[in-house]
Amino acid sequence: MIEVRRFKKRFGSKEVHRGVSFHVEQGECLGLIGGSGSGKSVLLRSLIGLEKADSGSIVIEGQDITQMTERELIGIRKKVAYAFQGGALFDSMTVFDNLAYPLREHTDLKESDIKKKIRDLLFEFGLADSENLFPGSLSGGMQKRVGLARAIILNPDTILYDEPTAGLDPFNTRKISEMILRLKAKKKTGILVTHDMPVAFEVCDRIALLVHGNLDIIAKPKEIQQDALHPISIFAHGDIT
Amino acid sequence: MTQQLKSTLDRFLLFVGGFGILLKQVASELLHPPFEWRLLMEQIYQIGFRSFPLIFITALSTGMVMTLQFGIGLAKFGGQPYVPKIVSLSILREMGPVFTSLMVAARVGAGMASEIGSMVVTQQIDAIRALGTSPIRKIVIPRVLATFICLPLLGSLANLVGVVGGLIVGVTELKLDPEFYILKVTTTLLLDDYFSGVGKSFFFAIFISITACYFGLTVKEGTKEVGLATTQAVVVSSILILVGDFFLTKLFFIL
Ligand SMILES: Nc1ncnc2c1ncn2[C@@H]1O[C@H](COP(=O)(O)OP(=O)(O)OP(=O)(O)O)[C@@H](O)[C@H]1O
Ligand SMILES: [Mg+2]
Repeated sequence: MIEVRRFKKRFGSKEVHRGVSFHVEQGECLGLIGGSGSGKSVLLRSLIGLEKADSGSIVIEGQDITQMTERELIGIRKKVAYAFQGGALFDSMTVFDNLAYPLREHTDLKESDIKKKIRDLLFEFGLADSENLFPGSLSGGMQKRVGLARAIILNPDTILYDEPTAGLDPFNTRKISEMILRLKAKKKTGILVTHDMPVAFEVCDRIALLVHGNLDIIAKPKEIQQDALHPISIFAHGDIT
Repeated sequence: MTQQLKSTLDRFLLFVGGFGILLKQVASELLHPPFEWRLLMEQIYQIGFRSFPLIFITALSTGMVMTLQFGIGLAKFGGQPYVPKIVSLSILREMGPVFTSLMVAARVGAGMASEIGSMVVTQQIDAIRALGTSPIRKIVIPRVLATFICLPLLGSLANLVGVVGGLIVGVTELKLDPEFYILKVTTTLLLDDYFSGVGKSFFFAIFISITACYFGLTVKEGTKEVGLATTQAVVVSSILILVGDFFLTKLFFIL
Protein backbone atom coordinates (compact mmCIF):
# COMPACT_ATOMS: atom_id res chain seq x y z
CA MET A 1 0.00 0.00 0.00
CA ILE A 2 1.41 3.33 -1.11
CA GLU A 3 -0.18 6.63 -0.24
CA VAL A 4 1.13 9.90 -1.64
CA ARG A 5 -0.32 13.19 -0.40
CA ARG A 6 0.25 16.68 -1.80
CA PHE A 7 3.72 15.73 -2.98
CA LYS A 8 5.71 18.70 -4.25
CA LYS A 9 9.09 18.73 -5.93
CA ARG A 10 10.98 21.41 -7.80
CA PHE A 11 14.43 21.72 -9.33
CA GLY A 12 15.60 25.30 -9.12
CA SER A 13 12.86 27.38 -10.67
CA LYS A 14 11.25 24.38 -12.39
CA GLU A 15 8.22 23.08 -10.52
CA VAL A 16 7.92 19.44 -11.52
CA HIS A 17 5.24 18.28 -9.04
CA ARG A 18 2.74 20.74 -7.64
CA GLY A 19 0.84 18.65 -5.12
CA VAL A 20 0.46 15.12 -6.42
CA SER A 21 -1.88 12.81 -4.46
CA PHE A 22 -2.75 9.18 -5.18
CA HIS A 23 -2.72 5.77 -3.60
CA VAL A 24 -1.97 2.24 -4.77
CA GLU A 25 -3.59 -0.73 -3.04
CA GLN A 26 -1.73 -3.88 -2.10
CA GLY A 27 -1.60 -6.11 -5.17
CA GLU A 28 -2.78 -3.38 -7.49
CA CYS A 29 -0.91 -2.17 -10.56
CA LEU A 30 -1.21 1.53 -11.30
CA GLY A 31 -0.28 2.81 -14.74
CA LEU A 32 1.40 6.19 -14.88
CA ILE A 33 1.50 8.07 -18.14
CA GLY A 34 2.47 11.61 -19.04
CA GLY A 35 4.56 13.54 -21.49
CA SER A 36 8.31 13.34 -21.62
CA GLY A 37 9.72 15.52 -18.86
CA SER A 38 6.44 15.57 -16.92
CA GLY A 39 8.18 14.07 -13.90
CA LYS A 40 7.28 10.38 -14.00
CA SER A 41 10.79 9.20 -13.22
CA VAL A 42 11.22 11.83 -10.51
CA LEU A 43 8.00 10.60 -8.89
CA LEU A 44 9.13 6.96 -8.88
CA ARG A 45 12.57 7.92 -7.60
CA SER A 46 10.97 9.89 -4.79
CA LEU A 47 8.97 6.84 -3.69
CA ILE A 48 12.20 5.14 -2.57
CA GLY A 49 13.87 8.30 -1.35
CA LEU A 50 16.32 8.76 -4.21
CA GLU A 51 14.92 12.28 -4.49
CA LYS A 52 13.86 14.23 -1.41
CA ALA A 53 10.32 15.62 -1.43
CA ASP A 54 10.05 19.39 -0.92
CA SER A 55 6.78 18.88 0.91
CA GLY A 56 3.93 16.42 1.24
CA SER A 57 4.01 12.85 2.47
CA ILE A 58 4.79 9.47 0.97
CA VAL A 59 3.51 6.66 3.15
CA ILE A 60 4.62 3.11 2.38
CA GLU A 61 3.26 0.30 4.58
CA GLY A 62 2.30 2.87 7.19
CA GLN A 63 5.68 4.64 7.31
CA ASP A 64 6.27 8.15 6.00
CA ILE A 65 9.50 7.87 4.05
CA THR A 66 9.99 11.59 3.38
CA GLN A 67 11.58 12.11 6.81
CA MET A 68 13.75 9.01 6.78
CA THR A 69 17.55 9.02 6.82
CA GLU A 70 19.53 7.15 4.18
CA ARG A 71 20.14 4.35 6.68
CA GLU A 72 16.43 4.02 7.53
CA LEU A 73 15.55 3.94 3.85
CA ILE A 74 17.50 0.71 3.34
CA GLY A 75 14.60 -1.30 4.77
CA ILE A 76 12.15 0.38 2.37
CA ARG A 77 14.44 -0.15 -0.61
CA LYS A 78 14.59 -3.88 0.05
CA LYS A 79 10.78 -4.04 -0.12
CA VAL A 80 10.20 -1.55 -2.91
CA ALA A 81 12.25 -2.20 -6.02
CA TYR A 82 12.93 0.40 -8.70
CA ALA A 83 13.66 -0.81 -12.22
CA PHE A 84 15.62 2.06 -13.74
CA GLN A 85 14.58 3.49 -17.10
CA GLY A 86 18.04 2.82 -18.52
CA GLY A 87 18.90 -0.28 -16.52
CA ALA A 88 21.61 1.47 -14.45
CA LEU A 89 23.77 -1.65 -14.47
CA PHE A 90 27.19 -1.63 -12.83
CA ASP A 91 29.46 -1.52 -15.84
CA SER A 92 32.49 -2.88 -14.02
CA MET A 93 30.63 -6.12 -13.25
CA THR A 94 29.34 -8.93 -15.42
CA VAL A 95 25.62 -9.56 -15.82
CA PHE A 96 25.97 -12.37 -13.31
CA ASP A 97 27.63 -10.17 -10.70
CA ASN A 98 25.09 -7.43 -11.27
CA LEU A 99 22.33 -9.87 -10.41
CA ALA A 100 24.30 -11.38 -7.55
CA TYR A 101 24.92 -7.97 -5.98
CA PRO A 102 21.62 -7.66 -4.08
CA LEU A 103 21.69 -11.32 -3.08
CA ARG A 104 25.21 -11.09 -1.69
CA GLU A 105 24.36 -7.89 0.15
CA HIS A 106 21.06 -8.83 1.71
CA THR A 107 20.81 -12.61 1.91
CA ASP A 108 22.86 -15.46 3.36
CA LEU A 109 22.42 -17.63 0.26
CA LYS A 110 25.28 -19.93 -0.62
CA GLU A 111 27.14 -19.14 -3.83
CA SER A 112 25.73 -22.29 -5.45
CA ASP A 113 22.15 -21.20 -4.64
CA ILE A 114 22.87 -17.72 -5.98
CA LYS A 115 24.11 -19.28 -9.19
CA LYS A 116 21.00 -21.38 -9.61
CA LYS A 117 18.67 -18.50 -8.85
CA ILE A 118 20.39 -16.23 -11.36
CA ARG A 119 20.45 -18.90 -14.09
CA ASP A 120 16.71 -19.45 -13.68
CA LEU A 121 15.94 -15.76 -13.74
CA LEU A 122 18.11 -15.09 -16.79
CA PHE A 123 16.40 -17.94 -18.60
CA GLU A 124 13.00 -16.47 -17.76
CA PHE A 125 14.11 -13.13 -19.22
CA GLY A 126 15.50 -14.70 -22.38
CA LEU A 127 19.05 -13.83 -21.41
CA ALA A 128 20.41 -17.31 -20.79
CA ASP A 129 23.70 -16.82 -22.65
CA SER A 130 24.65 -13.40 -21.33
CA GLU A 131 25.72 -14.36 -17.83
CA ASN A 132 29.39 -13.56 -18.37
CA LEU A 133 28.98 -10.50 -20.57
CA PHE A 134 29.61 -6.98 -19.38
CA PRO A 135 26.76 -4.45 -19.65
CA GLY A 136 28.73 -2.48 -22.24
CA SER A 137 28.33 -5.30 -24.74
CA LEU A 138 24.56 -5.68 -24.29
CA SER A 139 21.92 -3.95 -26.39
CA GLY A 140 19.75 -1.31 -24.72
CA GLY A 141 16.83 -3.69 -24.51
CA MET A 142 18.95 -6.40 -22.94
CA GLN A 143 20.35 -3.96 -20.37
CA LYS A 144 16.83 -3.02 -19.47
CA ARG A 145 15.81 -6.62 -18.93
CA VAL A 146 18.87 -7.31 -16.77
CA GLY A 147 18.00 -4.19 -14.78
CA LEU A 148 14.46 -5.46 -14.25
CA ALA A 149 15.77 -8.89 -13.26
CA ARG A 150 18.15 -7.29 -10.75
CA ALA A 151 15.31 -5.23 -9.31
CA ILE A 152 13.04 -8.20 -8.62
CA ILE A 153 15.66 -10.72 -7.52
CA LEU A 154 15.18 -9.99 -3.82
CA ASN A 155 11.47 -10.75 -4.15
CA PRO A 156 10.22 -7.25 -3.25
CA ASP A 157 6.59 -6.48 -2.31
CA THR A 158 6.35 -3.54 -4.66
CA ILE A 159 7.97 -2.92 -8.01
CA LEU A 160 8.29 0.46 -9.72
CA TYR A 161 8.73 -0.08 -13.44
CA ASP A 162 10.18 2.89 -15.33
CA GLU A 163 9.25 2.36 -19.00
CA PRO A 164 10.17 -1.33 -18.97
CA THR A 165 9.11 -1.96 -22.55
CA ALA A 166 10.41 1.18 -24.25
CA GLY A 167 12.80 0.22 -27.01
CA LEU A 168 11.98 -3.48 -26.89
CA ASP A 169 10.87 -5.56 -29.86
CA PRO A 170 7.32 -6.98 -29.82
CA PHE A 171 8.48 -10.38 -28.64
CA ASN A 172 10.33 -9.01 -25.61
CA THR A 173 7.57 -6.52 -24.88
CA ARG A 174 5.25 -9.52 -24.70
CA LYS A 175 7.67 -11.25 -22.32
CA ILE A 176 7.90 -8.24 -20.04
CA SER A 177 4.16 -7.71 -19.83
CA GLU A 178 3.72 -11.40 -19.04
CA MET A 179 6.35 -11.03 -16.35
CA ILE A 180 4.51 -8.06 -14.84
CA LEU A 181 1.23 -10.02 -14.91
CA ARG A 182 2.93 -12.96 -13.22
CA LEU A 183 4.27 -10.70 -10.47
CA LYS A 184 0.82 -9.21 -10.10
CA ALA A 185 -0.67 -12.68 -9.71
CA LYS A 186 1.71 -13.08 -6.78
CA LYS A 187 -0.01 -10.06 -5.16
CA LYS A 188 2.90 -7.70 -5.83
CA THR A 189 2.02 -4.03 -5.89
CA GLY A 190 3.23 -2.18 -8.97
CA ILE A 191 3.50 1.21 -10.56
CA LEU A 192 4.11 1.08 -14.28
CA VAL A 193 5.39 4.15 -16.09
CA THR A 194 4.92 3.63 -19.79
CA HIS A 195 4.12 5.17 -23.15
CA ASP A 196 2.93 1.82 -24.40
CA MET A 197 -0.89 2.01 -24.08
CA PRO A 198 -1.69 -1.60 -25.07
CA VAL A 199 0.65 -2.82 -22.30
CA ALA A 200 -0.86 -0.38 -19.83
CA PHE A 201 -4.39 -1.50 -20.72
CA GLU A 202 -3.41 -5.11 -20.35
CA VAL A 203 -1.61 -5.07 -17.01
CA CYS A 204 -2.89 -2.05 -15.09
CA ASP A 205 -5.93 -1.88 -12.82
CA ARG A 206 -6.06 1.89 -13.07
CA ILE A 207 -4.20 4.40 -15.18
CA ALA A 208 -3.22 7.91 -14.07
CA LEU A 209 -2.22 10.86 -16.23
CA LEU A 210 0.44 13.25 -14.99
CA VAL A 211 0.04 16.74 -16.49
CA HIS A 212 1.36 20.11 -15.36
CA GLY A 213 2.65 18.65 -12.11
CA ASN A 214 -0.74 17.28 -11.14
CA LEU A 215 -2.14 13.80 -11.09
CA ASP A 216 -5.91 14.28 -10.99
CA ILE A 217 -7.04 12.07 -13.82
CA ILE A 218 -7.24 8.41 -12.87
CA ALA A 219 -9.45 5.85 -14.57
CA LYS A 220 -9.89 2.14 -15.18
CA PRO A 221 -8.65 0.82 -18.53
CA LYS A 222 -12.22 -0.10 -19.56
CA GLU A 223 -13.51 3.41 -18.95
CA ILE A 224 -10.72 4.82 -21.05
CA GLN A 225 -11.07 2.34 -23.89
CA GLN A 226 -14.81 2.92 -24.13
CA ASP A 227 -14.56 6.70 -24.15
CA ALA A 228 -12.64 8.20 -27.05
CA LEU A 229 -13.00 11.65 -25.48
CA HIS A 230 -11.53 10.63 -22.15
CA PRO A 231 -8.46 12.82 -21.42
CA ILE A 232 -6.27 9.71 -21.28
CA SER A 233 -7.59 8.52 -24.66
CA ILE A 234 -6.87 11.93 -26.09
CA PHE A 235 -3.36 11.88 -24.58
CA ALA A 236 -2.81 8.38 -25.96
CA HIS A 237 -3.73 9.59 -29.42
CA GLY A 238 -1.15 12.32 -29.20
CA ASP A 239 -3.64 15.18 -29.26
CA ILE A 240 -2.50 16.82 -26.01
CA THR A 241 0.74 16.84 -24.13
CA MET B 1 33.40 40.21 -12.95
CA THR B 2 31.92 40.48 -9.46
CA GLN B 3 29.38 37.92 -10.64
CA GLN B 4 32.17 35.52 -11.46
CA LEU B 5 33.89 36.21 -8.15
CA LYS B 6 30.66 35.50 -6.34
CA SER B 7 30.09 32.20 -8.08
CA THR B 8 33.68 31.14 -7.38
CA LEU B 9 33.20 32.03 -3.73
CA ASP B 10 29.91 30.11 -3.71
CA ARG B 11 31.57 27.04 -5.13
CA PHE B 12 34.44 27.36 -2.66
CA LEU B 13 32.05 27.47 0.28
CA LEU B 14 30.05 24.58 -1.16
CA PHE B 15 33.27 22.60 -1.44
CA VAL B 16 34.29 23.33 2.13
CA GLY B 17 30.87 22.27 3.39
CA GLY B 18 30.72 19.24 1.13
CA PHE B 19 34.22 18.15 2.14
CA GLY B 20 33.25 18.30 5.80
CA ILE B 21 29.99 16.44 5.32
CA LEU B 22 31.63 13.70 3.27
CA LEU B 23 34.37 13.30 5.87
CA LYS B 24 31.76 13.02 8.60
CA GLN B 25 29.75 10.44 6.63
CA VAL B 26 32.89 8.38 6.06
CA ALA B 27 33.72 8.49 9.77
CA SER B 28 30.22 7.53 10.86
CA GLU B 29 29.86 4.69 8.33
CA LEU B 30 33.24 3.31 9.39
CA LEU B 31 31.76 2.66 12.83
CA HIS B 32 29.14 0.30 11.41
CA PRO B 33 30.22 -3.19 10.42
CA PRO B 34 30.56 -5.05 8.13
CA PHE B 35 33.66 -3.78 6.44
CA GLU B 36 34.26 -4.18 2.70
CA TRP B 37 37.67 -5.84 2.72
CA ARG B 38 37.58 -6.99 -0.87
CA LEU B 39 36.85 -3.51 -2.20
CA LEU B 40 39.63 -2.07 -0.03
CA MET B 41 42.13 -4.58 -1.43
CA GLU B 42 41.10 -3.71 -4.98
CA GLN B 43 41.69 -0.03 -4.31
CA ILE B 44 45.01 -0.64 -2.59
CA TYR B 45 46.09 -2.41 -5.75
CA GLN B 46 44.79 0.41 -7.97
CA ILE B 47 46.03 3.31 -5.87
CA GLY B 48 49.14 1.96 -4.22
CA PHE B 49 50.58 -0.73 -6.35
CA ARG B 50 49.89 0.84 -9.71
CA SER B 51 51.34 4.21 -8.65
CA PHE B 52 54.63 2.47 -7.94
CA PRO B 53 56.44 3.18 -11.25
CA LEU B 54 55.35 6.82 -11.32
CA ILE B 55 56.53 7.46 -7.78
CA PHE B 56 59.77 5.60 -8.41
CA ILE B 57 60.66 7.74 -11.40
CA THR B 58 59.57 10.98 -9.74
CA ALA B 59 61.63 10.31 -6.61
CA LEU B 60 64.68 9.09 -8.45
CA SER B 61 64.86 12.10 -10.74
CA THR B 62 64.12 14.52 -7.90
CA GLY B 63 66.99 13.13 -5.86
CA MET B 64 69.34 13.16 -8.82
CA VAL B 65 68.51 16.67 -9.97
CA MET B 66 68.72 18.14 -6.48
CA THR B 67 72.13 16.61 -5.94
CA LEU B 68 73.35 17.94 -9.24
CA GLN B 69 72.05 21.44 -8.56
CA PHE B 70 73.39 21.65 -5.01
CA GLY B 71 76.64 20.07 -6.07
CA ILE B 72 77.27 22.62 -8.78
CA GLY B 73 75.94 25.52 -6.74
CA LEU B 74 77.91 24.75 -3.61
CA ALA B 75 81.12 23.86 -5.45
CA LYS B 76 81.99 27.56 -5.71
CA PHE B 77 82.08 27.79 -1.93
CA GLY B 78 83.68 24.42 -1.38
CA GLY B 79 80.42 23.22 0.06
CA GLN B 80 80.20 19.91 -1.75
CA PRO B 81 80.67 17.83 1.42
CA TYR B 82 77.39 19.25 2.68
CA VAL B 83 75.47 17.95 -0.32
CA PRO B 84 74.51 14.55 1.17
CA LYS B 85 73.16 16.26 4.26
CA ILE B 86 71.15 18.93 2.47
CA VAL B 87 69.73 16.65 -0.18
CA SER B 88 68.68 13.86 2.12
CA LEU B 89 67.16 16.25 4.65
CA SER B 90 65.09 18.08 2.03
CA ILE B 91 63.93 14.80 0.55
CA LEU B 92 62.81 13.30 3.84
CA ARG B 93 61.22 16.42 5.25
CA GLU B 94 59.63 17.83 2.09
CA MET B 95 60.31 16.58 -1.40
CA GLY B 96 59.59 12.89 -0.90
CA PRO B 97 56.15 13.13 0.69
CA VAL B 98 55.02 16.29 -1.11
CA PHE B 99 56.02 15.26 -4.62
CA THR B 100 54.55 11.83 -4.01
CA SER B 101 51.28 13.38 -2.90
CA LEU B 102 51.15 15.72 -5.88
CA MET B 103 51.78 12.88 -8.29
CA VAL B 104 49.16 10.71 -6.61
CA ALA B 105 46.73 13.63 -6.64
CA ALA B 106 47.18 13.84 -10.38
CA ARG B 107 47.07 10.14 -11.14
CA VAL B 108 44.65 8.80 -8.55
CA GLY B 109 42.57 11.91 -7.86
CA ALA B 110 41.77 12.33 -11.53
CA GLY B 111 40.94 8.65 -11.88
CA MET B 112 38.63 8.64 -8.89
CA ALA B 113 36.77 11.80 -9.80
CA SER B 114 36.14 10.70 -13.38
CA GLU B 115 35.16 7.16 -12.42
CA ILE B 116 32.71 8.30 -9.75
CA GLY B 117 31.42 11.10 -11.97
CA SER B 118 30.66 8.63 -14.76
CA MET B 119 28.89 6.39 -12.28
CA VAL B 120 26.69 9.31 -11.30
CA VAL B 121 25.87 10.11 -14.93
CA THR B 122 24.98 6.50 -15.73
CA GLN B 123 22.89 6.29 -12.54
CA GLN B 124 25.08 3.60 -11.03
CA ILE B 125 25.40 5.56 -7.79
CA ASP B 126 21.60 5.78 -7.67
CA ALA B 127 21.45 2.06 -8.34
CA ILE B 128 23.73 1.37 -5.36
CA ARG B 129 21.29 3.34 -3.22
CA ALA B 130 18.17 1.84 -4.79
CA LEU B 131 19.46 -1.66 -4.06
CA GLY B 132 19.61 -0.84 -0.35
CA THR B 133 23.36 -0.24 -0.15
CA SER B 134 25.45 2.85 0.51
CA PRO B 135 27.74 4.60 -2.00
CA ILE B 136 29.76 5.88 0.97
CA ARG B 137 30.55 2.30 1.99
CA LYS B 138 30.88 0.86 -1.49
CA ILE B 139 32.68 3.66 -3.27
CA VAL B 140 34.04 6.35 -0.97
CA ILE B 141 35.39 4.45 2.04
CA PRO B 142 37.51 1.93 0.11
CA ARG B 143 39.12 4.77 -1.85
CA VAL B 144 39.75 7.00 1.15
CA LEU B 145 41.20 4.20 3.26
CA ALA B 146 43.32 2.85 0.44
CA THR B 147 44.82 6.30 -0.16
CA PHE B 148 45.34 6.73 3.57
CA ILE B 149 47.25 3.46 3.76
CA CYS B 150 49.18 3.74 0.50
CA LEU B 151 50.30 7.36 0.44
CA PRO B 152 52.60 7.17 3.50
CA LEU B 153 54.07 3.94 2.14
CA LEU B 154 54.62 5.49 -1.27
CA GLY B 155 56.13 8.53 0.47
CA SER B 156 58.55 6.27 2.36
CA LEU B 157 59.49 4.55 -0.85
CA ALA B 158 60.08 7.94 -2.45
CA ASN B 159 62.37 8.91 0.43
CA LEU B 160 64.50 5.86 -0.05
CA VAL B 161 64.62 6.08 -3.83
CA GLY B 162 65.31 9.85 -3.71
CA VAL B 163 68.26 9.43 -1.36
CA VAL B 164 69.65 6.63 -3.51
CA GLY B 165 69.22 8.85 -6.58
CA GLY B 166 71.25 11.50 -4.76
CA LEU B 167 73.91 8.96 -3.92
CA ILE B 168 74.23 7.88 -7.54
CA VAL B 169 74.74 11.42 -8.80
CA GLY B 170 76.93 12.31 -5.82
CA VAL B 171 79.29 9.49 -6.65
CA THR B 172 79.24 9.64 -10.43
CA GLU B 173 79.02 13.37 -11.09
CA LEU B 174 80.32 15.06 -7.94
CA LYS B 175 82.99 12.40 -7.37
CA LEU B 176 82.11 12.05 -3.70
CA ASP B 177 83.19 8.90 -1.90
CA PRO B 178 80.20 6.56 -1.57
CA GLU B 179 81.11 5.55 1.97
CA PHE B 180 81.41 9.20 2.97
CA TYR B 181 78.04 9.91 1.35
CA ILE B 182 76.27 7.08 3.17
CA LEU B 183 77.93 7.96 6.48
CA LYS B 184 76.81 11.57 6.15
CA VAL B 185 73.26 10.54 5.31
CA THR B 186 72.94 8.06 8.15
CA THR B 187 74.41 10.35 10.77
CA THR B 188 72.33 13.34 9.69
CA LEU B 189 68.87 11.85 9.36
CA LEU B 190 66.79 11.39 12.46
CA LEU B 191 63.56 9.50 12.86
CA ASP B 192 62.02 12.89 13.51
CA ASP B 193 62.83 14.03 9.99
CA TYR B 194 61.20 10.96 8.56
CA PHE B 195 58.01 11.30 10.61
CA SER B 196 57.63 15.03 10.05
CA GLY B 197 57.66 14.31 6.31
CA VAL B 198 55.61 11.15 6.11
CA GLY B 199 53.30 12.31 8.90
CA LYS B 200 52.03 15.00 6.57
CA SER B 201 51.09 12.48 3.92
CA PHE B 202 48.31 11.08 6.12
CA PHE B 203 46.67 14.49 5.84
CA PHE B 204 47.44 14.74 2.14
CA ALA B 205 45.75 11.37 1.64
CA ILE B 206 42.52 12.76 3.07
CA PHE B 207 42.85 15.92 0.95
CA ILE B 208 43.27 13.87 -2.22
CA SER B 209 40.66 11.18 -1.72
CA ILE B 210 37.85 13.17 -0.16
CA THR B 211 38.29 15.97 -2.70
CA ALA B 212 38.19 13.53 -5.62
CA CYS B 213 35.13 11.74 -4.26
CA TYR B 214 33.40 15.06 -3.60
CA PHE B 215 33.88 16.35 -7.14
CA GLY B 216 32.93 12.97 -8.59
CA LEU B 217 29.74 12.69 -6.56
CA THR B 218 28.61 16.24 -7.27
CA VAL B 219 28.54 15.72 -11.03
CA LYS B 220 24.94 16.29 -12.09
CA GLU B 221 24.64 15.09 -15.61
CA GLY B 222 26.56 14.98 -18.84
CA THR B 223 30.03 13.81 -19.69
CA LYS B 224 31.27 17.38 -19.99
CA GLU B 225 30.81 17.80 -16.26
CA VAL B 226 32.84 14.67 -15.65
CA GLY B 227 35.82 16.26 -17.36
CA LEU B 228 35.34 19.42 -15.34
CA ALA B 229 35.09 17.48 -12.08
CA THR B 230 38.32 15.67 -12.91
CA THR B 231 40.19 18.92 -13.48
CA GLN B 232 38.77 20.47 -10.33
CA ALA B 233 39.68 17.44 -8.25
CA VAL B 234 43.32 17.63 -9.33
CA VAL B 235 43.62 21.41 -9.03
CA VAL B 236 41.90 21.67 -5.67
CA SER B 237 43.70 18.74 -4.06
CA SER B 238 47.07 20.02 -5.32
CA ILE B 239 46.37 23.42 -3.81
CA LEU B 240 45.29 21.80 -0.55
CA ILE B 241 48.54 19.82 -0.49
CA LEU B 242 50.74 22.86 -1.14
CA VAL B 243 48.96 25.18 1.25
CA GLY B 244 48.46 22.43 3.82
CA ASP B 245 52.15 21.60 3.63
CA PHE B 246 53.11 25.01 4.95
CA PHE B 247 50.74 24.89 7.89
CA LEU B 248 51.44 21.25 8.72
CA THR B 249 55.17 21.91 8.66
CA LYS B 250 54.69 24.80 11.08
CA LEU B 251 52.49 22.62 13.24
CA PHE B 252 55.04 19.81 13.35
CA PHE B 253 57.75 22.27 14.40
CA ILE B 254 55.63 23.37 17.32
CA LEU B 255 54.84 19.84 18.45
N1 LIG C 1 18.43 16.09 -10.82
C1 LIG C 1 17.72 16.96 -11.54
N2 LIG C 1 18.08 18.25 -11.58
C2 LIG C 1 17.38 19.16 -12.28
N3 LIG C 1 16.27 18.87 -12.99
C3 LIG C 1 15.85 17.60 -13.00
C4 LIG C 1 16.55 16.57 -12.28
N4 LIG C 1 15.88 15.41 -12.46
C5 LIG C 1 14.84 15.69 -13.26
N5 LIG C 1 14.81 17.00 -13.58
C6 LIG C 1 13.79 17.66 -14.41
O1 LIG C 1 12.52 17.23 -13.96
C7 LIG C 1 11.66 17.05 -15.06
C8 LIG C 1 11.04 15.67 -15.00
O2 LIG C 1 12.01 14.69 -15.29
P1 LIG C 1 11.67 13.15 -15.38
O3 LIG C 1 12.93 12.44 -15.65
O4 LIG C 1 10.88 12.73 -14.20
O5 LIG C 1 10.73 13.08 -16.67
P2 LIG C 1 9.93 11.85 -17.23
O6 LIG C 1 8.49 12.15 -17.08
O7 LIG C 1 10.43 10.60 -16.60
O8 LIG C 1 10.31 11.89 -18.77
P3 LIG C 1 10.63 10.69 -19.79
O9 LIG C 1 9.32 10.16 -20.25
O10 LIG C 1 11.38 11.36 -20.88
O11 LIG C 1 11.46 9.70 -19.05
C9 LIG C 1 12.47 17.28 -16.30
O12 LIG C 1 12.16 18.57 -16.78
C10 LIG C 1 13.90 17.24 -15.84
O13 LIG C 1 14.68 18.16 -16.58
MG1 LIG D 1 11.56 8.99 -17.19
